[in-house]
Amino acid sequence: MLNQRPEAGCGSEGCGSGGCGTQSGGSHGTGNQGCGSAGQGDYLGDPSRRLFNIAAVGAVASMALNTACGPKRLYEAPKDKLRALIAEEEKKYTAEYGKTVKVSDAGPMPGVQFAYALDISRCIGCRRCVYACVDENNQSRDPQIHWIKVNQMDKDKGVDFSHADPYYNPEQVPQEGHFYVPVACQQCEDPPCVKVCPTGATWKEKDGIVVIDYDWCIGCRYCMAACPYGARHFNWAEPKIAPSELNPNMHYLGNRPRTKGVVEKCTFCIQRSREGRYPACVEVCPVGARKFGNLLDASSEIRYIIEHKRILVLKEELNTVPRFFYFYAT
Amino acid sequence: MRIERGRIRLAVIAAVAVSGAAMLLGRGAGEPEPQTAAAAKAPAATAQSQAKPVEEKLEVPPPPFSDGIYPCSTCHAAVPPNRTRRELAMHTEIDLKHDETHRWCLDCHDADNRDVLHLASGEKVEFTESYRLCGQCHGEKYRDWRAGVHGRRTGNWNGTKGYLLCAHCHNPHQPRFHSLAPKPAPERPSRVLSGGK
Repeated sequence: MLNQRPEAGCGSEGCGSGGCGTQSGGSHGTGNQGCGSAGQGDYLGDPSRRLFNIAAVGAVASMALNTACGPKRLYEAPKDKLRALIAEEEKKYTAEYGKTVKVSDAGPMPGVQFAYALDISRCIGCRRCVYACVDENNQSRDPQIHWIKVNQMDKDKGVDFSHADPYYNPEQVPQEGHFYVPVACQQCEDPPCVKVCPTGATWKEKDGIVVIDYDWCIGCRYCMAACPYGARHFNWAEPKIAPSELNPNMHYLGNRPRTKGVVEKCTFCIQRSREGRYPACVEVCPVGARKFGNLLDASSEIRYIIEHKRILVLKEELNTVPRFFYFYAT
Repeated sequence: MRIERGRIRLAVIAAVAVSGAAMLLGRGAGEPEPQTAAAAKAPAATAQSQAKPVEEKLEVPPPPFSDGIYPCSTCHAAVPPNRTRRELAMHTEIDLKHDETHRWCLDCHDADNRDVLHLASGEKVEFTESYRLCGQCHGEKYRDWRAGVHGRRTGNWNGTKGYLLCAHCHNPHQPRFHSLAPKPAPERPSRVLSGGK
């Protein structure tokens, strides 16, 4: 299920890693570009041009990245080049928001495959997770973007999205006769969103997190059409976040500020999880319905759940193989 | 959608056996020294699992006492214990709704030392270890909690996990979860660009 495939790794060591020609979701044969490969690789055009556009890294840097293997993603750039770029971003955000911003470029940890589990029998639909996520991940307050959508469902009907109501608003939750199914990115093992991206702006990292490089996203929204879970969100207007509410602890592939015209989604709080911390939604959940951990660690909560509880994944028939499990603890 | 029965792995069997044995022994009423008893019986009870009779004590934040109420002995040391089940003149703020037809104060609180609790076996446990008391009846929850699955988790997924006592989330006298006011519903989609943003 979780066989390692060669793919783009964040913070990897440049040309060598992942082998040449394995880029964003290249594991699925979409192979955006590679050594001498045609097709989409051509679309991406001249690598030095892209690097200029995206990173404003100097000509020297672009030469360095234009290796014998062919063009490389910006994020596969040598560490020092990447750091230089990120330092520039940090400076930009710090000036813009008037507080010291740190942008991490932490790569996947070896031997770690992230997975998530949510206890449907416990969730009370209080939406604490929704707003903890907004605060942690710098989602736009206006227009409003929520990465987590909590669906209220009828107990009589079971898990059925055709009757789901995300706009429920009673005085108190849980409401009699209802249960709640929060949905965010399912971090699919075989993500359809990645397959359709024409620019390679979104890909699956080695630890299983599907990420977006906002500087590569052209806003075509193919990925939103491809995602069976409605997990991707589009910035229809310039996102607005009050500087006082900005979370300055950022990751390049996660919660750094987005711009109008790009797509964003849950990253398992990549800025936290790659530091070993739990995602914000896990920590805030007042009923402890949210669980997170490493699938390769036999003593992790996530393994205990998969091995002991009744679990389900959404839309299993699509064979997207989500890493987001729903379970019943009781 | 898939519904799957979990498989039980050997390692977990061992862990379960340990807690199970501790719990069984904990219930052995009238056992004066359950620690010793557990040590003696454990090898037989858990056969190949090399059971450790005492479970690892977990680090938890201080118990959520009401202000100024602990230590209980401040008042109780001067009051001779009255073991008769009755309406209390004190502690009227406590409305026991926790199997109250069968149980009352001294089933959990210790009559001889009010600063501790006691298990069914008579073994005294500190408030910081009250999960052992709860685990006597709620064994399945206790097992899940120890595995990090029941209850709220903070800290690190690959390091020190933050545990809370049962009583941090459940009022031990009324353990049922209270309903909460939900945070605002999401805005319905609208023509966000019409405002000229």
